[in-house]
Amino acid sequence: MTDADPVRLYRTVRLIRRFEQRAVELVHGGQIVGGIHPYLGQEGIAAGVCAALGVDDVLAGTHRGHGHVLARGADPARMLAELCGRLTGLNSGRGGSMHAADFSIGVLGANAIVGASGAIITGAVWARRRQGHDTVGVSFFGDGAVNEGMLLEAFNLAALWRVPVLFVCENNGYATTMPVAGAVAGSIAGRAAAFGIRAVEVDGQDPEAVRDASAAAVGRMRSGGGPELIEARTYRFDAHHTFEHAVRLDYRPPDEVSRGRARDPVRIQGERLPDADRAAVDAEVEATLDAAVRFALESPEPDPADALTYLYASGLTVRTGGG
Amino acid sequence: MPRLSYRRALTRALADELARDETVFLLGEDVQVGASLVTTGLAKRFGTERVRDTPLSEQAFTSFATGAALAGLRPVIEFQIPSLLFLVFEQIVNHAHKFPLMTGGQCSVPVTYLVPGSGSRTGWAGQHSDHPYSLFAHVGVVTVVPATPADAYGLLVTAIRHDDPVVVFAPAGAMDVRDDVVDLEPVPLGRGRVHRYGDDVTVVAIGHLVHDALAVAEELAGQVSVEVFDPRTLYPFDIDGLTESVARTGRLVVLDDGNRSCGIAAEIIASVVERIRLLAPPRRVTRPDGAVLPFAPALDRAVQPSREQLATAIHLTMKDSS
Repeated sequence: MTDADPVRLYRTVRLIRRFEQRAVELVHGGQIVGGIHPYLGQEGIAAGVCAALGVDDVLAGTHRGHGHVLARGADPARMLAELCGRLTGLNSGRGGSMHAADFSIGVLGANAIVGASGAIITGAVWARRRQGHDTVGVSFFGDGAVNEGMLLEAFNLAALWRVPVLFVCENNGYATTMPVAGAVAGSIAGRAAAFGIRAVEVDGQDPEAVRDASAAAVGRMRSGGGPELIEARTYRFDAHHTFEHAVRLDYRPPDEVSRGRARDPVRIQGERLPDADRAAVDAEVEATLDAAVRFALESPEPDPADALTYLYASGLTVRTGGG
Repeated sequence: MPRLSYRRALTRALADELARDETVFLLGEDVQVGASLVTTGLAKRFGTERVRDTPLSEQAFTSFATGAALAGLRPVIEFQIPSLLFLVFEQIVNHAHKFPLMTGGQCSVPVTYLVPGSGSRTGWAGQHSDHPYSLFAHVGVVTVVPATPADAYGLLVTAIRHDDPVVVFAPAGAMDVRDDVVDLEPVPLGRGRVHRYGDDVTVVAIGHLVHDALAVAEELAGQVSVEVFDPRTLYPFDIDGLTESVARTGRLVVLDDGNRSCGIAAEIIASVVERIRLLAPPRRVTRPDGAVLPFAPALDRAVQPSREQLATAIHLTMKDSS
């Protein structure tokens, strides 16, 4: 089931990279209100993990979630429309950047509470398997989330009930501005190991290394091996959130930033391709995103009268707040 | 006519739904042996795959249920202690409740949170005696507080079949109530029930307090004609049904086992006075502001709304309007 094609892997990292850069431009242009948490620099993780998944699998991520949704195959135009708050967005303009979801491809939501996806995915995979599907799940989270009890409880449940969930920790070194050394006692892999969960560390800047580690884990999980954890070491090229451009937080040494940016997953994967192939992908991605930006900006905004549509799946209606 | 206890009514509702719908499953702490006496016998009948004991991981198993619901199942979680809802408030409010809107209608989260033994259990002190239904009504999670065995059955069945999260508070003070039960059937959400008709004052009573209100109404019969209205669900609330009652009586007293400030009693009063002009200022009988239930039985009782307080409130309301 693993997609071993280096061109497609490059296409995914390139698509996420350019999507994020275009989205940042739209934030600064005022078309994306509220800002975004850019995934720039971490593209290899989403691309590598998703290349190891099959159509029946499910995933959930975090507020820094664009990469996961795109790598899973969501339509970049509808995704960008969602970031712009348009009716044509994946979530009809109700979720925005931090909650982009596409249930049709098994993306059960990006969650702004950083340790939340683990237990949700564990429940979803358990339920799907009970219904006879050969589903595995992926829970993406950052290094900050390993300090939230909810996630450690999920490790325990998944291990205890042998639910095949791949816990993917994207260790970019910082929980907002808190360095991992000041926040995590012991090691991230060690926390999984304490629950009997097999854990490996992988170079998150190498998309193929992530894919290979994920494929191996997914293979073992499908054979009944229980949950696993991958700690992908990565670096976020940009701010925690686009608001940092305004407030100028100072917490990363400049030489660390340059060293981090030097290990670029898009370049690393691109260099594995013949120049002509790479150029073709770049052009195709550019055209896709040009069309996506046009689609997003030309799409209608939701009607304020429908602000609470979808509040209740049961159709329950609510009293209005006025007078 | 068979006599059914409130507790057994809950068990029967769970059993009937587990039998009716393969997607229903139950999870919680000690549910296999039935430590709360509500899930007794269910694991034996339906198997431990569908009646699952969980580790003491309230936050994880609450979100596990959310995930299972997203994938098409209908989980029912039993919480042994009402105060555990504070621990999982985040998982219910921030995830289960918000997902349908945040995803633009891509999903539903049909989870039922059953809390048998909510409120004071006499002598269980500060962290086992809360009755936090107002919090859930405030955030817009469907909130159910049945008073009688038939309503406990009917509302739990409805909750399990409902497509959104529902918290079912089964008050400790009602668990041993027994009733003659003819038909057991689903009870719709958002529809109150008049337990006793009266002409002078409408008393809204919640959960086990319905029985206290009925007792007070009986004591006062001859002096004051008291109507007892049981909303049964606090969210959605049967404001039409209550308005109809208060429009006739002209007076309103609310009996609520929650804290006074920002409690459901305040909401009920505000909703009524927005609609109709009363003959006297409304009154509420509640726990004190910010109450924590003390241990000693006399102290525990002292902070719970009492029949005496209710009788006094009714008298004052009558006096204010004369």
